[in-house]
Amino acid sequence: MTIFLALLIGGLFGFVLDRIGATNPTVLGRMLALVKLGLMKAILLAIGLGSVLMFAGQMIGLVDVGHMSVKTAYIGVFVGGLLLGTGWAIGGYCPGTGLAGAAGGRRDALYFIAGGLLGAAAYMVTYPSLKAMGLLEKIAGGKVTIGTVPGSGYDGLIGMRGDVLGILLGLAFVAVAFALPENPRKREAAPVAAE
Amino acid sequence: MTWNWKTGGVALGLAIFLAVLLVKPVGVSTQFVILDAMVADQVNPDLITRTDEGAWTSTNAYLAKSNGKYAKNAANPLNYSFVFVIALMVGAGISAWLRGGNGREDNRIPALWRANFGDAAWKRNLAAFAGGFIVLYGARLAGGCTSGHMMSGLMQTSLSGYIFTLGAFAAAIPVALMMYRKDVQS
Repeated sequence: MTIFLALLIGGLFGFVLDRIGATNPTVLGRMLALVKLGLMKAILLAIGLGSVLMFAGQMIGLVDVGHMSVKTAYIGVFVGGLLLGTGWAIGGYCPGTGLAGAAGGRRDALYFIAGGLLGAAAYMVTYPSLKAMGLLEKIAGGKVTIGTVPGSGYDGLIGMRGDVLGILLGLAFVAVAFALPENPRKREAAPVAAE
Repeated sequence: MTWNWKTGGVALGLAIFLAVLLVKPVGVSTQFVILDAMVADQVNPDLITRTDEGAWTSTNAYLAKSNGKYAKNAANPLNYSFVFVIALMVGAGISAWLRGGNGREDNRIPALWRANFGDAAWKRNLAAFAGGFIVLYGARLAGGCTSGHMMSGLMQTSLSGYIFTLGAFAAAIPVALMMYRKDVQS
């Protein structure tokens, strides 16, 4: 059953990543260079919608709170984010879209994967020294959410109910998705047809 | 054809919701480590071992952390997270095939790269390789990537997701602005 679900959800996720253009380095590069923000709008909408559905589902008892999996906050999360962002812009892929791009026939994605496997191996080797440097020391309690989600076992940064806040933040993501211009640097171009 | 942002966003939102509804939030980058460990264990069978109590562990400190979680998954490739990533590739491959692929030229060098850096495939492949190295090193240091930290993390309102996303865009946008000065002809 678990394997069946892995095939179903993984297959769907990969299909959609390809359909929104995330597997195309040109789409990604234009997004990061703030030329075309369609992909960014899609991702923000997805995060917002996912958030609203998940927290609303928890409140009516449809979604198991135990399925949440919050990662630890530490300085290395920011440093690692900076590194990932740099490589993302240079390479045009993130880990998931590199694999997906290669599956769709992109030759450069194979080089990205090879580099990725080597990078992951380099991390495996250097992990003890990074740990000794204190980069992995948790901050603000580590595995925390913004609000306190009832029954999740995770602490909240603020006292507000985490599921209510999660729905509000989700709606905010959706609002930002709609508010962002699709072509921010092409204001002189013909207006986008009404949708 | 690729979808517009609304259709795509709704579909992606449903996909990441389905993941947390049925199993757990999506994540990808750990599986690069798992594949590395599988290969390395073939070369050096002493890398992943079991204790007398049956617990998985490794001579590599990273694989051995969290009670040998990674060592265990590398020894059992048919686990959810690894199959998820294989299925991700199958799904993306089917999508690309159904929409007729990216074209031979774009598969060799993506259009935006060609517009900025020309037609030498080795340059593009070198950048992709270097990018991949930095991305996965960074993702492992951060403990997740665009999937696990950004999509899943922000969806769950986790602090780490916000920290990661801030770092990722603080670097990615300036680098992209410097690199991709010329837009593709469209």
